[in-house]
Amino acid sequence: MSETVISVRNLTKRFGDFTAVNNISFDVYQGEIFGFLGANGAGKTTAMRMLCGLSYPTSGSGTVAGFNVMREGEMIKRHIGYMSQRFSLYNTLTVGENIKLFAGIYGLSKQVTAKRSDELLARLKFSSERNTLVKALPLGWKQKLAFAIAGIHRPEIIFLDEPTGGVDPVTRRQFWEMIYEAAEGGTTIFVTTHYMDEAEYCSRVSIMVDGEVRALDTPTRLKQQFNAGSMDEVFRMLARDAQRGE
Amino acid sequence: MRPFIVLLNKEFIKLRRDSFLPKLIVILPIALMLIAPLLVRMDVRNVNVAVVDLDHSTTSHRIVSHIKASEYLSLIGATAEFDLAMKGLEEGTIDIIVQIPDHFERDMAVSTPEKISIIANAVNATKGSMGTQYVVQTIAHALVEFGNEKSPNQLSEVVTVQNRYNPTLNYPHYMIPALMIIIFILVCGFLPALSIVEEKEVGTIEQINVSPVNRFDFTLSKLIPYWVIGFFALIVAMVIAHFVYGLIPAGSVWVIFLGTTLFILTISGFSLTMANFSNTMQQIMFVMFFFIMIFILMSGLLTPIDSMPDWAQTFTLLLPPRYFTDILRSVYLRGTTIAELWQNFVALGSFAIIFNILAAVTYKKQA
Amino acid sequence: MPGQWMKSFACWPAMHKEESKVMKNNLFALVKKESLHILRDKRTMLIVILIPVVLIVLFGFAISTEVNNVNVAVVAPDRTNGVNDAVNRIAHNDYFTFCGYINQDQIDQQLRSGKVSAVIVFAPDFDRRLEQIYAGLPSTPIIQLIVDASDVNSAGAATAYMQEILLGTASQQAMFETRMLFNPQMKSAYNFVPGIMGLIFILVCAMMTSVSIVREKEVGTMEVLLVSPMRPTKVFFAKMIPYFVISCVVLIIILLLSYYLLHVPMSGGVWGIFSMSLLYVLLSLSLGLLVSIVVKTQVAALLLSGMVMMLPMLLLSGMLFPIENFPKFFEVLSNVVPARWYIEGIRKMMIQGSPFVAVWKEFAILLGMTVIFFGVSLIKFNDKLE
Repeated sequence: MSETVISVRNLTKRFGDFTAVNNISFDVYQGEIFGFLGANGAGKTTAMRMLCGLSYPTSGSGTVAGFNVMREGEMIKRHIGYMSQRFSLYNTLTVGENIKLFAGIYGLSKQVTAKRSDELLARLKFSSERNTLVKALPLGWKQKLAFAIAGIHRPEIIFLDEPTGGVDPVTRRQFWEMIYEAAEGGTTIFVTTHYMDEAEYCSRVSIMVDGEVRALDTPTRLKQQFNAGSMDEVFRMLARDAQRGE
Repeated sequence: MRPFIVLLNKEFIKLRRDSFLPKLIVILPIALMLIAPLLVRMDVRNVNVAVVDLDHSTTSHRIVSHIKASEYLSLIGATAEFDLAMKGLEEGTIDIIVQIPDHFERDMAVSTPEKISIIANAVNATKGSMGTQYVVQTIAHALVEFGNEKSPNQLSEVVTVQNRYNPTLNYPHYMIPALMIIIFILVCGFLPALSIVEEKEVGTIEQINVSPVNRFDFTLSKLIPYWVIGFFALIVAMVIAHFVYGLIPAGSVWVIFLGTTLFILTISGFSLTMANFSNTMQQIMFVMFFFIMIFILMSGLLTPIDSMPDWAQTFTLLLPPRYFTDILRSVYLRGTTIAELWQNFVALGSFAIIFNILAAVTYKKQA
Repeated sequence: MPGQWMKSFACWPAMHKEESKVMKNNLFALVKKESLHILRDKRTMLIVILIPVVLIVLFGFAISTEVNNVNVAVVAPDRTNGVNDAVNRIAHNDYFTFCGYINQDQIDQQLRSGKVSAVIVFAPDFDRRLEQIYAGLPSTPIIQLIVDASDVNSAGAATAYMQEILLGTASQQAMFETRMLFNPQMKSAYNFVPGIMGLIFILVCAMMTSVSIVREKEVGTMEVLLVSPMRPTKVFFAKMIPYFVISCVVLIIILLLSYYLLHVPMSGGVWGIFSMSLLYVLLSLSLGLLVSIVVKTQVAALLLSGMVMMLPMLLLSGMLFPIENFPKFFEVLSNVVPARWYIEGIRKMMIQGSPFVAVWKEFAILLGMTVIFFGVSLIKFNDKLE
């Protein structure tokens, strides 16, 4: 593994007297697929939002793509892509208009936008849907499109917040192929998920319980360490004594 | 520049695709301007009067015919039964009862007669007091006229009245500028807030927040469509005012444009500031409703600020529409110049700056 | 279609006891969920409570449709005793604020800029000519009133009062005995309290309910509720109950404020006012239900209830603007606005002190409207399900 793209030390976020994220530290290297696991309410989304410059940490430090999460949120935003668990494209805009909008937001010129949007649609085999309203697309297609758009400006890191929620197995498979393709191209992928089979696909996995990172390693080594047959078992062993749930 | 252009483009596309909003934007100003001036009349007309005539004399008949002829009063009937009239008053078919006592004419000729009693339904205080005023004047006039048949001097012509700026006392003319302001408040105040909060609820705003978009660009892209719509509404309203109601601005059209620009800036900035503090449509709806209600009631749109107690008058200084109401009415009806209204313009301009800065500052991309 | 919902009503009493118990628990759970949802949104709650309070205070103490503090300037070429007398009478009158003497050529500027609303111009040689008039000799006008008539009401009232004061028609006033029934202190607020009530209930019952139901549709939780074993109609009832309760709270607040703060007499009996208001609340809830069934998005719900309920409520109900001033067409149209009947009924009971029997007509009309709206929304609702 090469260069560190995300580095987090003692990151903490409190809401009143509730500590959503408690003193977490880890590093993510360039080109890896970093799985960020945890039960609902474990603090994954809060942690991720701090890394993306959406939320200020209460204490601790961290850099993303070389920029400080405390002070340089807006600089981080230039170098990352993001796709959230709630569907985040504009429903009343067509596929083509959504691509143009987000390309424009990241400051791509008209020519570059046109070229990349053709490429993107061809790769997704979406060319015939260019003028379809996004709300008319099936969910799986929307998610694939959202992922492709998150990478339109060729960011160094793409953050995915439960990207495959509610998607059928075939589409999930295709989605992960897209993730692999992006990672091979050198993009770092930071992904949260509920599906433990997906955890097996990640280069490395961290597991959060009650706002803390309880385990962090490759799936193979984690299984050895916990003497488990699958990631599912590992996760259940860790999450069993969780204090807070949904 | 490019992010701003694509964001703005997005807003216009969304607006165009909406099934309801474009219709609303066109229909609301037209419908309000065509219908509301006919309805929002607080002037006192058609006061229903019943006369209980116990005298049955020439004088009392003359009083009845004067009431019948008055442009403000409409005579429901002359009866000798007081109870019948009282029943009508309670049911709401009669507003004022005039009772002329027995032997009124005879007593008047010799000494002071028994008083004429006037009983008004004062549930609507304005109507009660002004209606009574009209009745008293009408009867006084009738009596003076009666007396004048002996001496030629006509008291009522000693005073002449000149109604400036609205000589025909056309009430719709007074209300039209107020209605325009209500349209601006609804279109440029309510809609941008709804649009932002909708993005919050749907979740698309998160995608914007995680991008490097400048918050001023985003805020501006939300506002500009509504500024355009506001001006469209202004033009529609002015055209309807001219051709339907024959109301032409007495002062400069440019002063009206300048005032409208400042007001639209103010109210849309206010709207966005409120949206930044709300997370759900229900919240923003109630917050905006609350403020819009205070704006409409307290800014002199419907009732004169001069009639308010001092504390309330001081309070109105904090309400931006107050200044615009003054500007629009003065320029439209009296032809007041910008030099005479400079304080209002300064106040409105300051509000515009304050609210737009607040809107941009309270929009937090990182919480 | 009507058969469908009739059936759903008909089987209600026939339900087995146990089943009905389960259903009741379900209903209770839903009501609780909805209440929690509303209570948690403190700001909305605060505003719902604040709106009636602020409206009552504003109408009670700040806003007056009466004309007061009219600014008056005087033009008098000769400041004779007669002029001074007249000006003194104006200056000491509560309706007017005397703003000083000005010159003939300042009149236009003063009026146009809004500094004064009326100018009294005395003729030169005022005293002598006044004497001539008292002596019964013919004379040309000696006082000219120049009034800013852009505000028609103020202009009308100001003119009438000034004439009275200047001419000393007070002597004639002695001929009349006036009585202001139901509102001897002439408070503008009395006229508006029923309107405020009509407005708040539309806001809370119709707008809040429709937006909250449509929100569940948008988020998708409505589906979840509808596939549960509960009858769909009940799901909707459960959503309405908390709003019904809020309305009752608001109603009590308004009545207490009106009675203790504004001293509205309410001699017609509180129970009549209560029954009429509860009927109107039900009517508004049915309207909200109807809107929520017809539309798909919250914005649409908001705008539709704004357009079909709020605007007619404000313009056509007689709340602020007297119905008898409307052109004939709108006067007839106002008959279909529920708020009109509610406001009329409440006005009679609260302010005129009429007994409940005196408003049977208004009550019957509201009842009819409630049945119609409720029926239509149930039919529409069952249509949607199929």
